[in-house]
Amino acid sequence: MPYRIEVQDLNVYFGESHILNDINININKNKVTSLIGPSGCGKSTFLRTLNRMNDTISTFKKKGSVLLDSQEIYEAKVDVVELRKRVGMVFQKPNPFPKSIFDNVAYGLKIHGLKDKEVLAKKVEESLKAAALWDEVKDKLEMSAMGLSGGQQQRLCIARTIAVEPEVILMDEPCSALDPISTTKIEDLIHKLKHDYTIIIVTHNMQQATRVSKYTAFFLNGEIVESGLTDKLFIEPEDKRTEDYITGRFG
Amino acid sequence: MDRLISPKNSQKIMKTIFWGSGILTILLLLLIIGYVLYNGLPVINLTFLFSDPIDSGRAGGIFPMIVSTFYVTFVAVVVAAPLGIGGAVYLAEYAGESKLVKLIRFGSETLASIPSIVFGLFGYAFFVIYLGFGFSVLSGGVTLALMALPTILRTAEVSIEAVPKSYSEGSMAIGATKWQTIYEVILPAAVPGIITGIILGMARAMEETAAILYTVGAALTVPVSIFDPARPLPLHLYTLATEGISMPNAYGTAAVLVILILIITIVTNTLLDRYTKKMMGR
Repeated sequence: MPYRIEVQDLNVYFGESHILNDINININKNKVTSLIGPSGCGKSTFLRTLNRMNDTISTFKKKGSVLLDSQEIYEAKVDVVELRKRVGMVFQKPNPFPKSIFDNVAYGLKIHGLKDKEVLAKKVEESLKAAALWDEVKDKLEMSAMGLSGGQQQRLCIARTIAVEPEVILMDEPCSALDPISTTKIEDLIHKLKHDYTIIIVTHNMQQATRVSKYTAFFLNGEIVESGLTDKLFIEPEDKRTEDYITGRFG
Repeated sequence: MDRLISPKNSQKIMKTIFWGSGILTILLLLLIIGYVLYNGLPVINLTFLFSDPIDSGRAGGIFPMIVSTFYVTFVAVVVAAPLGIGGAVYLAEYAGESKLVKLIRFGSETLASIPSIVFGLFGYAFFVIYLGFGFSVLSGGVTLALMALPTILRTAEVSIEAVPKSYSEGSMAIGATKWQTIYEVILPAAVPGIITGIILGMARAMEETAAILYTVGAALTVPVSIFDPARPLPLHLYTLATEGISMPNAYGTAAVLVILILIITIVTNTLLDRYTKKMMGR
């Protein structure tokens, strides 16, 4: 089976600082991959390289290649807008728009040209159901999303992302601002979503990595120290640094 | 250690001073409004509001002046608001920190500090004479637009910059273009601030006298065409008072102006409050 994403010899710089150093990793289709490592090791930067969100930073430079479905995403002919539709992103802090719940989910569909009201309503409902939020909000779709709890807001952001039917969902510490119960709900959701989507999740919580992901990559100082099956990485890591990190000796 | 004033007492003293300044500010405001209303309200009745002035304003009403005020202010806002909002979007979202941006900001701040009589002279020389607009609603309106522009631009820029970056990230990450993000997410979130800026600019235009002194003419009839001369309320008030035509009617005119501005401010504040509550789900 071909990989969903193949990253080859990726180096990322912000101005003079070298953030990512020779990253090589393949991401499997419809599986969950966790990125772990201490703060400032480049996990989030790596994640944002995959949907070209770093392009907005003027000092961003990169070398090497990132292939999505065997297609280079940094080629000149690639439409960034189209790419971000295919590679969705959920942020650390829930960031719903100050619009109604309905409009939050419909937003992506509308900007990509969907106008039919009935189809919109149907897709919004499907997306909210897929994000396990429908039952909680179906009677107040016209209410502002800002009135929802943090956990609900984060699931709304997931609904907003899956509404445009991406292939990949990038999650940047999606539970770090949430309480344990909301975290469980998001993790359950990730288990459900992996059947249809390739998910890459940055997490500081190693238990979370073992709970949700099939594969894990350990980042340290801008390099991938070790990557592979989560079970193997956590039970018998090959690298001493990985072992030190997962056993809590640093980080 | 002996202190002249103990921390506890200095806290009390400072609190009283701040409280006092707050109260004094409100009292001064109430005093001015109260004084104008006390002297002006007795003159105001339906005839005063809805009839033409007689004998240069010694008798009759101020209907043409009320219409002139709205007309001239409308022209000013129609010209200044799009320019101000457009400029603010450029400065906040597209410009970055270039020399040009610094120049635009410097220009806008300088514009804000120019005395209004200078705007009046410029308006006379440029719009009335050079462009041939004559003494008209148009000349007065665009002169006032120049005055309102910095207020609108600055307030809009600040409120656009205050929109959390996470909103635009969320929008970009879903595949929205920069413009879609600005139009669909950033501007709606910045609307309360932008409207406040427009209202501030508008109030400034409504109350302005010097800038329209040489541009709008002095007609005592209702302006119809945009090229008709007009006489907004502040100018009428100025003429009535300085030429000793009628002090009671000058106060009446002032009261109408103050009430109009109060109504506009209160209504927009209420609407904005409602909009913000709906948007933020409170």
